[in-house]
Amino acid sequence: MRREVPLLIVFLFGLFMIVQYFIPHAKFAFWYQEFNNWTIIIGIFTMIVGIGSLLSVHYSKIRFRQEGWGYSLVTIVALFGMAIVGLLGGTEGDLFLKLYRFGLSPVTATMFSLLAFFIASAAYRAFRARNVISTLLLAAAVVVMLGRVPIGEILGGWLPRWLQLPNIADFLLNVPNVAAKRAIYIGVGLGVAAVSLKIILGIERTWLGGDGGKR
Amino acid sequence: MSNDTNRNFWEKLLMIDRRWIYLTIGIVVFVPLLFRIGMPVYVTTEVQNVYDYIDALPEGAVVMIPCEYDPATMAELRPMAYALFRHCFSKNLKILSTSLQIEGVTLVKDDLAMIAAEYGKEYGKDYVFLGYKPYPSVVILNMGENFRKPFPKDYYGNNLDSLPMMKGVINYSSCACIVNINATSGADYWINYANGRYKAPLALGVTAVMATDYYTFLASGQIFGLIGGLKGASEYEKLINHTGPAARAMDVQSIAHTVIVIFIVIGNVAYFASKRKMRNF
Repeated sequence: MRREVPLLIVFLFGLFMIVQYFIPHAKFAFWYQEFNNWTIIIGIFTMIVGIGSLLSVHYSKIRFRQEGWGYSLVTIVALFGMAIVGLLGGTEGDLFLKLYRFGLSPVTATMFSLLAFFIASAAYRAFRARNVISTLLLAAAVVVMLGRVPIGEILGGWLPRWLQLPNIADFLLNVPNVAAKRAIYIGVGLGVAAVSLKIILGIERTWLGGDGGKR
Repeated sequence: MSNDTNRNFWEKLLMIDRRWIYLTIGIVVFVPLLFRIGMPVYVTTEVQNVYDYIDALPEGAVVMIPCEYDPATMAELRPMAYALFRHCFSKNLKILSTSLQIEGVTLVKDDLAMIAAEYGKEYGKDYVFLGYKPYPSVVILNMGENFRKPFPKDYYGNNLDSLPMMKGVINYSSCACIVNINATSGADYWINYANGRYKAPLALGVTAVMATDYYTFLASGQIFGLIGGLKGASEYEKLINHTGPAARAMDVQSIAHTVIVIFIVIGNVAYFASKRKMRNF
């Protein structure tokens, strides 16, 4: 039963989701919305698992004074601190908004801004024209980097229009890029459809657990 | 020590301390912020399409602008949101917004209220902010049926039916178009569900690194326009004749990109020069 019941639930709900797409009837629309709401409610319970896992990892780091345990302490204090402040004062509360605006916001913005420095350093050290493929990649990157900013317009301004950097960048984005991406997307789409069907029909069972739900 | 003295100029250049690179980038980012050059911005077709679509809408039409950006990506996407809000309010269009990214809710709410105040717009009458609900794919699907299903109340706790703007606004078919500003792969959900399933006219505003992924949807007509990164935002600012943060940042981005290209060229010259030395040796 431990295996059959989940398989039956997946089969029935998967089948309903496929069928309802092709039947625009009020009853189907109603149940479709209900099931979508169930998805949200069930999904929220996974947060408990996530928080539990986060706490267990960081608690053991603190307990055994592993390297970087101080960061784990900050993580746990921040997790409970924000949650308590939010629960007591609401998400529009003064302290909650201050923590967001003057704590979380500058920290995350700074972390993301550091990327510019790492990209520059990585480009200098690793972006090499070692062979034909990497040379093509490098040339395309340089053209798009310059062609998509105003300086690209100025740099090749004296060239015929079709040879100017913004035009070449537009061509690269609209032709080779689109062709390659479309091939990837179609492949991924077919793969997802195939795997979904296998799950709905119970052929693919790894989601039941490592042993496929065997007792 | 002896190794260092044996190295030629190119090898030393290859081994340069990365802190020099960081310092150079720091300077080229900071200096143009102080002294504005005012580089010219050309407008691409994909941004022009978004502008034209919105510009052609009749007064009072509802434009849905869901904004999924957070503090990490606000430098790129916030100017885009400002420009779109300004364009809509200046045309007396109504804005319906959500933020399906939890870290961005406060930002988007404040940004929308700030631009609305600039144009003297009233909450509930000229714009509505629905707020956040988890699981964007499911929320997008449910909004396609009825906004009231995932959002019976707006962000501020008002019943949707009590807001004058929401009278008769049922689902995507009540909106003239959707312009989703998104820094996450959640943009795919808007394409797959809002456009794919509910046929809502959709345009995207995404970060520069994401933009390449969405040209394929532009070519297929699944999105009618695409605003890519800070450059796209500066183009939109130019179209609405408003010099905002994106236009000012174009000088920085131009110079920073040029310097990175110079780094790549120097790195390659040094690499091939040192390789030749090894071969000769």
